[in-house]
Amino acid sequence: MLGIKKHITNFRKYSYLLSVLVVHDIEKKYKGSILGILWSMLNPLLHMIVLTIVFSSLLQRQIANFPLYILTGRLVFGFISTCTSTAMKSIISASKLINKVYIPKYILVFSKVIAEFIFFLISMFNLVFVILWSGASFSWHLVFLPLYLVLLLLFVLGVSLILATVTTFFRDIEHIYGVFITMVMYLSAIFYPPEIVPARFQFLLTFNPVFHFIQGFRQLIYYQMLPGWNNFLACLLVSLVFLALGMIVFERYQDQFIFNL
Amino acid sequence: MQELMMRIENVSMHFRLRNEKVHSLKEYLIRLLKRDLSYSDFVALDQVSFEVYKGERLGIIGPNGAGKSTLLKIIAGVMKPTSGRVQIHGSVAPLLELGAGFDDEFSGAKNIYLNGAILGKSKQFLDDHYEEMVAFSELEHFIDKALKYYSSGMRAKLGFSIASLASADILIVDEILGVGDEAFRKKSSQKMAQLIEEGRTVLMVSHSLSQMVELSDRIVWLDHGRIRAIGDPEEICRQYEAQSAKKR
Repeated sequence: MLGIKKHITNFRKYSYLLSVLVVHDIEKKYKGSILGILWSMLNPLLHMIVLTIVFSSLLQRQIANFPLYILTGRLVFGFISTCTSTAMKSIISASKLINKVYIPKYILVFSKVIAEFIFFLISMFNLVFVILWSGASFSWHLVFLPLYLVLLLLFVLGVSLILATVTTFFRDIEHIYGVFITMVMYLSAIFYPPEIVPARFQFLLTFNPVFHFIQGFRQLIYYQMLPGWNNFLACLLVSLVFLALGMIVFERYQDQFIFNL
Repeated sequence: MQELMMRIENVSMHFRLRNEKVHSLKEYLIRLLKRDLSYSDFVALDQVSFEVYKGERLGIIGPNGAGKSTLLKIIAGVMKPTSGRVQIHGSVAPLLELGAGFDDEFSGAKNIYLNGAILGKSKQFLDDHYEEMVAFSELEHFIDKALKYYSSGMRAKLGFSIASLASADILIVDEILGVGDEAFRKKSSQKMAQLIEEGRTVLMVSHSLSQMVELSDRIVWLDHGRIRAIGDPEEICRQYEAQSAKKR
């Protein structure tokens, strides 16, 4: 009980640091680029166009409004992949600082995740244009979007805490993770309908948390329906499990980071 | 009786060093298979105990590898000791070195806020003290320029201004007193004196013995992780010099 209270006071003390680091990351990303924050918008849109052109001849007949289908999946996956790959380096890239002054180390991971989450929210506005342009409509189901956004954030935070811990001890995880995340991309039904996966390989989707998140967002935005309890519970469970795991792992090993920096 | 600021009690720090640093999973696994993961125990600090009182200027001397930096890291809360207890009453602020806690791409002004936040200060506090920090650093004309255009002396001035005005109860200074030009050096020494008068406590590490004798009230002599002697600066520095001369 005392431990929790101490954590809260400490978090309060360093909450300004968290906000400074988040603003810092955002400014840094767009420093020196003329288009500034517009890149967050354009990047997924350009991706969508490329993927649509590449896959339109292959799959268009099976998926109506293919650009919107692709964009939804690509946005969610893009956030997960960019955020976790950035956050995994958050501890080692602050090695000088950690060697010199005490700061709660999770603040470093949090700030990266929050900054990336803000970029993600900005890039979500692309959906508005694509929905309007493709003649699709906005449905009331979108009111459940914030719920899924929170679950996604918790999931990514948990994964980031685990990766940041492991990367501090083993630097080459960074390269392995690059390959791993590409594999996850192909297993997440971003540019193909999940039904085309043969029955004996369907388990690859079932055990892929990223797929469930993409599916949930897609139900709300693309299919304009409720994702259903199965999907919701899967996302809830995955986010809570990863968050708890991340917190436990990070807390357990954070005092040893210093010996590896 | 003076007010106790810090009590270091039987603090030991053991490093479990891998004989060769293994930083990659691949190497780790290979070595695990070859059963080639040997460790050696290195004792950086061995049963160190001392107390620091309010308003004291404590100097720490010792040859390289004596455990000075490790001790400062433990006091700053960067490392946890293997055994022993560290009790600190009040806040601790280390004087940040160049490169730590600064971002070259951003202006001096932004760096004041970044650095201040790293020291655990609130926005309110930094807003209130911003002018004072800029004035003390004498960098009014450069404060909106990116840090990458600063000379190393200018950076040091900025760092010193932030840390010294961050009003921590205990200031940790690691070998950076000789920063800036002659005039600023004098000014920073005066500032230190003023801080101490205000009741701040200062911990210093330096290789310059003359500086240590001049600036500290008491000196801890560390040797191979143990306290060799503790007490009057002149007396201890004399002994230390005699010892170093003998080795040569």
